[in-house]
Amino acid sequence: MAVIVVDVMPKAEILDPQGKAVSRALARLGHGEIGDVRLGKRFELTVEGEVTDALLEQVRKIADDVLANTVIEDVVGVRVQDEADR
Amino acid sequence: MRVGVITFPGTLDDRDAQRAVRLAGHEPVALWHGEHDLHGVDALVLPGGFSYGDYLRCGAIAARSPIMTEVVEAAERGMPVLGICNGFQMLTEARLLPGGLVRNATGLFVRRDQRLRVERTTTAWTNRFEVGQEIVIPLKNGEGRFVATPDEIERIEGEGLVVFRYLGDDPNGSIDAIAGIANAAGNVMGLMPHPEHAVELGFGPTTTRMKAGIDGLEIFKSALEAVAA
Repeated sequence: MAVIVVDVMPKAEILDPQGKAVSRALARLGHGEIGDVRLGKRFELTVEGEVTDALLEQVRKIADDVLANTVIEDVVGVRVQDEADR
Repeated sequence: MRVGVITFPGTLDDRDAQRAVRLAGHEPVALWHGEHDLHGVDALVLPGGFSYGDYLRCGAIAARSPIMTEVVEAAERGMPVLGICNGFQMLTEARLLPGGLVRNATGLFVRRDQRLRVERTTTAWTNRFEVGQEIVIPLKNGEGRFVATPDEIERIEGEGLVVFRYLGDDPNGSIDAIAGIANAAGNVMGLMPHPEHAVELGFGPTTTRMKAGIDGLEIFKSALEAVAA
């Protein structure tokens, strides 16, 4: 079994009110050195068997078609999770 | 005329939309998201709510329901399709309408009677209005901020696709105060505020008299006239 990690972020030009709220909270908590905060999504897809190039290509397509809405978000990463990460 | 109202898991306003269709003088037909059958309807309404709990993105999972294959085909053939609130989100997710809807700029859920300016009457759903007319219908959403890339906004504005703009404070922080848009053909329209909640005296927004606002009814009548024409 392997895990494929897909990271999705709101497009940079789109205001992220969640990130802004977190950023303001951090400032209030005394972490003034932290500026902008942006929140995205991480998907962990578990697959049976080996991760082939064809499967990774399929996951990239799933990421663009379903996991992200590329009108408002970008897929910023598709990678196989290392054993050491888990 | 028969107007299909599709229920998805988590839809809230399907019964209100059915009632609006009936009050407009026509026959509502309840449709189910899991079927591949439009039951021969003449027009479609995708109502508001929180399909699939807004998981993934608002409207994203519902936009990939079995029935959406038939909805997209019907829309491309020219059938009038109206998406309200969550239904609007589904139409953008299904790429029947451009742009996307994200969390309100304030981060807050907003519920209020909303003034709108009608910008376009060349649609199946707004042909009973006049350009520049002001209407009031309820608004209730947390993720109603219309966004698109600058190029896409230029195209949307250039082609005159905007149908409604917010008047007064923009409740969502939408680009260009956009509250609703339609495709170039004018058969597919989406808007965030809720016309189906302003169709009956005594239950609408307070306008000239208490709860007297029925501006939403015109939208349901328009579509039906367009089909009859």
